[in-house]
Amino acid sequence: MEDSKKREQSGSTHKIGIYLWIWGLLFVLSFFSYLVDWYQFQGMLRWSLILFFMFLKAGLIMAFFMHLYWERYALVNVLLWPMTAIVCFICLMIAEGKYTLFSRLFYFFVGG
Amino acid sequence: MSDPNIEGFELEKGFKGMAKDTGSDQTMFKGVHWGKAMMWIFLLSDTFVFSCFLIAYMKGRSSTPAEWPNPSEVFALDAFGVPVPLLLIALMTFVLITSSGTMALAVKYGYEKNRKMCGYLILATALGGLTFVGMQAYEWSKLIHEGVRPWSNPFGAAQFGSFFFMITGFHGTHVSIGVIFLFIYCYKVFAGHYDKGKRGWFTKMKGDYVEVEILGLYWHFVDLVWVFIFAFFYLW
Repeated sequence: MEDSKKREQSGSTHKIGIYLWIWGLLFVLSFFSYLVDWYQFQGMLRWSLILFFMFLKAGLIMAFFMHLYWERYALVNVLLWPMTAIVCFICLMIAEGKYTLFSRLFYFFVGG
Repeated sequence: MSDPNIEGFELEKGFKGMAKDTGSDQTMFKGVHWGKAMMWIFLLSDTFVFSCFLIAYMKGRSSTPAEWPNPSEVFALDAFGVPVPLLLIALMTFVLITSSGTMALAVKYGYEKNRKMCGYLILATALGGLTFVGMQAYEWSKLIHEGVRPWSNPFGAAQFGSFFFMITGFHGTHVSIGVIFLFIYCYKVFAGHYDKGKRGWFTKMKGDYVEVEILGLYWHFVDLVWVFIFAFFYLW
């Protein structure tokens, strides 16, 4: 009896409405990101729209479906700070990719 | 936030709570089920694995002088004789989001100790996952028939195939493992293991509906990864 009471305190439940809202939003956002391809947007507009919808969807899933919005701050920080390492890695590899492309083209056409 | 297992432990919100939690006696994340904390740590490491794959793909794609295959043509599907770009991929995305939504509801009903609803929703999630894997198998066989190989393909840059099979294959493996566990948990929920507190296989820990939430975290993560794959591999 005591045990089940304790458990009820620890497990938080949220109203069903919030899940249905997020669910619907994810559908709409996915539809929009599909439209980006459907209308064949190109260049910066395409890339920024793709990233915008992607981060919005990822944020909604993490915050509400994975309950991160309601979690303690320590957990949120443990999860999100390591992402900066990934961002650094991405920046490094963008530079590396450009250099590789440059040296390939250089040696293909100019020769060693 | 209070910890029911520790007398007098109150966790404040925000940075103060974080400082108290990280600097607390003996253990961090007091009151969080250890399985849940470990699942988060696992998902964090899995994030790094998927990031490495996607970054490798970015680097490979940006450093090749050959033209990259146009995904919206490569992944087009004929519907009534008209090629529709990315049709199958869009359907897969919607199926996965649907299953993610049913999983979120399953977790909610699990915490409310609504055994039947929880079980049916996990079953729906598992069927959604199974549909996704089936569609992916169809996509793979279609591309293999068209001559896409890890070392070459008829559409453009040779690296395309290896990245495609590696990234979607690794994600598909995650989905498949998830589906297996969803079916197992579906059985456990319907059998009432979490109501009776029946023990699991390798643990003395008593069963509790928090396990449904842990499984849910994994499933949402699989959906989360697909969001990134969809954006970077199929749309970019």
